Amino acid sequence: MNDPIAMTLDGRTLTARPGQSVGAALTDAGVRSWRTTRGGQPRGLFCGIGVCFDCLITVDGRPGQRACLVPARAGLVLETAPASPSPDPGHQRRDDRDD
Amino acid sequence: MTEPRPTDPARPDPGAPAALSQLDGPPAGRRHSALPAHRSGEAREVDDRWLRAERSGGVYDVAVVGAGPAGLSAAVTAAEQGLRVALVDAGAQPGGQFWRHPDEGAAWPDEGRGQHGWRRFTRLRDRLGRLIGGGRVEAFAERQVWFVEERAAVWHLHLTTTHAAVETPAPRLVRATSLVLCPGGYDRQLPVPGWDLPGVMTAGGVQALLKAHRSVAGRRAVVAGTGPFLLPVAEGLAAAGAEVLAVCEANSVTGWGRSPLGAVSVPGKGLEALEYAGALLRHRVPFRQRTALTRVHGEGSVTGATLSRLDRTGRVRPDVPPQRVEVDLVAFGWGFTPSLELVSAVGATTRVDVDESLVAWVDPNQRTDVPRVYAAGEVTGVGGAVLAAGEGELAGLTLALDHGVPVAGSRIEALQRGVRRHRRFAAAMHRAHPVPQRWAEWLTDETMLCRCEEVTVGAVAEVRDVLGAGDARTAKMLARPGMGRCQGRVCGFATAKLTACGRSLETTDLAPLAKRPFTAPVSLGELATTGEGED
Repeated sequence: MNDPIAMTLDGRTLTARPGQSVGAALTDAGVRSWRTTRGGQPRGLFCGIGVCFDCLITVDGRPGQRACLVPARAGLVLETAPASPSPDPGHQRRDDRDD
Repeated sequence: MTEPRPTDPARPDPGAPAALSQLDGPPAGRRHSALPAHRSGEAREVDDRWLRAERSGGVYDVAVVGAGPAGLSAAVTAAEQGLRVALVDAGAQPGGQFWRHPDEGAAWPDEGRGQHGWRRFTRLRDRLGRLIGGGRVEAFAERQVWFVEERAAVWHLHLTTTHAAVETPAPRLVRATSLVLCPGGYDRQLPVPGWDLPGVMTAGGVQALLKAHRSVAGRRAVVAGTGPFLLPVAEGLAAAGAEVLAVCEANSVTGWGRSPLGAVSVPGKGLEALEYAGALLRHRVPFRQRTALTRVHGEGSVTGATLSRLDRTGRVRPDVPPQRVEVDLVAFGWGFTPSLELVSAVGATTRVDVDESLVAWVDPNQRTDVPRVYAAGEVTGVGGAVLAAGEGELAGLTLALDHGVPVAGSRIEALQRGVRRHRRFAAAMHRAHPVPQRWAEWLTDETMLCRCEEVTVGAVAEVRDVLGAGDARTAKMLARPGMGRCQGRVCGFATAKLTACGRSLETTDLAPLAKRPFTAPVSLGELATTGEGED
């Protein structure tokens, strides 16, 4: 019943137990960070409950998803976000600091 | 203050025999998902329910936001009094943060492990299941309210899904005559140098990983901050096999002597603390009072931490050498910050609680000062799950009263007595576990304050000292802390403290930070199509 689920992170296989979040699966795999801020700092799970937006990850091509909230599913394609300003459409965040 | 309203306009469609036949609910002990996730296996049943909700397009008597201890209690109580209830929650299943538990669909053994008041929860869940089966409650899981507005005396909640993989994004609008806000809260944070390194988490986040996912966030940990919540987190980590080097409590337990009557107002809580103390002893976890984790070390992720002894004012004692420990996990908790954005959005009056949190003002019946809006749980003052559940039940009964359903006064009075008692206890707890007065002295100019926009303590100190930004809102405009994705939820309190320069926080410091034009992030696509398909 609790057979492991296989996903990929940047092409590499990652397993999760059914019912886990993507963030929990990454934690179990020893992955501590999967995003880089504009200032070049690594980020992973922080609040763990959907409040802080530190743990953003690209899931099946959709950027800006909170890893702590996305359920792990077989075949999910996870990608670490690029260091450049995130192109996700999700929010009022301005990518241009000088405005 | 709140006009009694008839419930009839929002009555559910009575011609739903399939639903009514389930009124007796599932057999005792049967597992069912009360806020069902729309996943494989249970998708069929769930979709039917949602399609019905979408088609009905009706106005519910009540929309309850949040399915934690307060929201669950409010929803179940109101529905059992005959009101038709919509229950909205960000989680895939009910319980909130306090009763966060493994995916019910994945049949984990021992789902109640590490929980407190678990039977209270399962009883609420059973009642909710019966009410959902009977069509009295409709549950909308994995959803956040991104905008709330009142139109023609009806509350309109605009919903967005918590992630893109939610299979049934509709409905995007829930309308209700009354609104109960039970959004709970999240760990309050204070920045220290290095707190933005991966491997530093909130205590609640570490706990969520343990409770819901059985994941252990690290192998060698320090749990630090203040308040009784540090104990179950340390205990949970140790029980899961992590080595917990220390629990660092910035205050001293003698602080409970500041309000002796409050401290003994809920004797059960004292016993609970003793149980945790016993568990920490068994796991050989040192409990260090007047000690703070003042610096996190590491390159790319946490490798160490500095533990410092504090004096009564929260200053690092120069006479006691700090201790450097090797860890791969730091869990921080400085109490909790209630989620105030919906309270703020409906225009309800707020106040500053004993713990310097902004909370909703409510009357003794959980009514806010906005007609037909109620609030219960941490949002009215941080006080724990038992208090929250009591407030939720009280709100549910008040709702029934205000909708013209007779309710025994004695039942309401008994709940009010319980709420007052737990409030006194909460006040004693807050007085015993304040944020250390001189915590800002632990920081350097380079310490990251706003993790989203990467604004340093120095940048905020500069606008405060040079440009005279004496409150968080002004600092935010000038230096951008709190302008990023989390909208100041994480750094707001610290920014307010830094700009207030030691004075006590007031409503005017905190209320502007709780005002968020959108109460949750929403995609441009969703924004563009808002209103389509509404009648």
